[in-house]
Amino acid sequence: MNTKTSDTLLLIVFSIAVLAGPVILAPFGAGYPDLLQKFAIYGIFAIGFNILFGLTGYLSFGHAAFLGVGSYAAVWMFKLLSMNIIPAVIFSVIVAGLFSLVIGFISLRRSGIYFSILTLAFAQMCYNLAYSVLTPITNGETGLQITLSDPRILDAAAEGQAPASNLFGLDMISTWETSLAGMTLQFNMGFYVCALILILSFWISMRLFRSPFGMMLKAVKSNQNRMSYTGLDTKPYTLAAFVISGMFAGLAGGLLAAMDPLAGAERMQWTASGEVVLMTILGGAGTLLGPVLGAGLIKYFENIFSAINDSTLHGVFAFLPDGLNNAVSAVLGLFVGEGWHLTLGLIFMLIVTFLPGGLIEGAQRIGRLFTSRSKADPQSGEAQSRPAPAE
Amino acid sequence: MTPILEVQSVNKRFGGLKALDDVNLTVMEGTVHAIIGPNGAGKSTLLNCFVGRLVPDTGTVTFAGQSLIGKKPHEINQAGVSRVFQTPEIFEDLTVLENVMIPALAQRDGAFRLHGWHPLSREAEIRDKAERALADVAMADRRNMPSGSLSRGDKRRLEMAMCLVQEPRLLLLDEPTAGMARADTNATIDLLKRIGSERNITKVVIEHDMHVVFSLADRISVLAQGHVIVEDAPENIKGNAKVQEAYLGGAHL
Ligand SMILES: Nc1ncnc2c1ncn2[C@@H]1O[C@H](COP(=O)(O)OP(=O)(O)O)[C@@H](O)[C@H]1O
Ligand SMILES: [Mg+2]
Repeated sequence: MNTKTSDTLLLIVFSIAVLAGPVILAPFGAGYPDLLQKFAIYGIFAIGFNILFGLTGYLSFGHAAFLGVGSYAAVWMFKLLSMNIIPAVIFSVIVAGLFSLVIGFISLRRSGIYFSILTLAFAQMCYNLAYSVLTPITNGETGLQITLSDPRILDAAAEGQAPASNLFGLDMISTWETSLAGMTLQFNMGFYVCALILILSFWISMRLFRSPFGMMLKAVKSNQNRMSYTGLDTKPYTLAAFVISGMFAGLAGGLLAAMDPLAGAERMQWTASGEVVLMTILGGAGTLLGPVLGAGLIKYFENIFSAINDSTLHGVFAFLPDGLNNAVSAVLGLFVGEGWHLTLGLIFMLIVTFLPGGLIEGAQRIGRLFTSRSKADPQSGEAQSRPAPAE
Repeated sequence: MTPILEVQSVNKRFGGLKALDDVNLTVMEGTVHAIIGPNGAGKSTLLNCFVGRLVPDTGTVTFAGQSLIGKKPHEINQAGVSRVFQTPEIFEDLTVLENVMIPALAQRDGAFRLHGWHPLSREAEIRDKAERALADVAMADRRNMPSGSLSRGDKRRLEMAMCLVQEPRLLLLDEPTAGMARADTNATIDLLKRIGSERNITKVVIEHDMHVVFSLADRISVLAQGHVIVEDAPENIKGNAKVQEAYLGGAHL
């Protein structure tokens, strides 16, 4: 099977899995709109981040700034122009693109740890500015929200009612419910908008990966010296990757605001920048599918684990004697609720130690266990040296 | 014959060390010019001044009529100068074929092009060109191997293919046969001779192996302690007393 066929197959399987998300994830308690939207949006964020980090190896610690900027841009579009999400999302991508052009241009004067620190510094600067001098634009700690008195030139809001973000009249919050085998399935408009954009993003990233440009970005990661003695200017290549990934972050930020029309500075905090790094590495940096899986896993744990509290634990271990129940619940209590970051940290440590290539490497190892038994022909040596199609 | 590379009064100091001391050199188009000399003589430093890795303290380097001083490495390469390094510089994370496709693309598309939308698999011409360059160095069968796993000698041959695929006007080779087995060394000599006659590529070769030097070179410069002590035709170098003095303290070459 050649790369093209397997890529098409991967795209089809990916699309089906994403579109069937509300059904597939319902048994895991993750089939509700709010979480499904987050899966898709952070998947987009991680896909974009991976174009920079996975391909060129430049580790940005400030990408949440572009996410936040995208959210603000979208809410401003809602306030000034229309509650239709199209202009809002387009504007967030443009604004984030301009921001990343400036920040990238300066940060890319350095590489390695210095580049990471510069991006981190810029992001913290944006975060602090949003709370201080930029309050007229960001509305400071309250966060930017839509109000009834907003001008909204294109659509006159219904009297006395907070308008909902929509796509030509289809409200993002509208949800169609049905039940299947005792589970409630929720098909939400907003999720399907995000899902389609996620599929589109995945396709774009696949094209970039398979293009001459993608190969040049891999060359940046591999040997910048050789690149310049080969007649290639590494600067515009890294800057292009930086801006593209910044635009994806802006798209994600715009979609967050499109699903829930408000924007706050906490979206730009360094923990949010760190999160997308974790997502990408956890799933498998430099692979196509990995970042989406990593984003899903982290958002799943964040929502499920952080919802568990002491009384849930006591309920689960009610079959144990009281003293033992208390002890077990106390220990496990450290890892859930507020402490879910501890769980995340442990999982991250385990994966980086035992599967440096992330979840995708794990999947490939399992896959190899099966294939190496079925075909032991001598030709497979050459086939194996190519990246597996499932990347 | 016209000069293609002219080096005039180039000086380069590293702190107290005078690595290049008033170096003058003229390389004629279409010839093979060998630079020999003991370790630490400044041979690699001189090449570094040609490709923009180092900027001479004083002096001029002119390639095909244009000054190379202050030019960036990628600009010099785009002007037609390719280099094989003393320690192989390749893209270790990429496959052998990809390593050769990158310079081919750089030659066709220039220093930067945002060609992110069409698939690499459609670049049939570039692929064919890269495959031919790999065949030239007898590595076509290894095209899909990760290049990081090649032996040192093979990495060097790959690097040579990466330079040849660009059809440079001037090819700089820094000890191209170092660490190669005799058979591979002879194959490399044959290759360099062949591409010399077929494609009219001017070559500057730094080499320790005198067998290689005398089978290839049209002209030889001898560098010692940063200074060119002799420049002459190969037949005159062999018996030159100054060279034997500098090189081996009087022993015969
Ligand atoms: N970047 C550098 N910094 C300091 N000293 C250097 C540098 N590059 C080379 N040298 C010194 O300059 C001298 C010439 O080195 P080089 O050109 O590599 O010699 P060779 O003729 O063996 O290639 C050596 O003494 C070396 O240690
Ligand atoms: Mg040297």
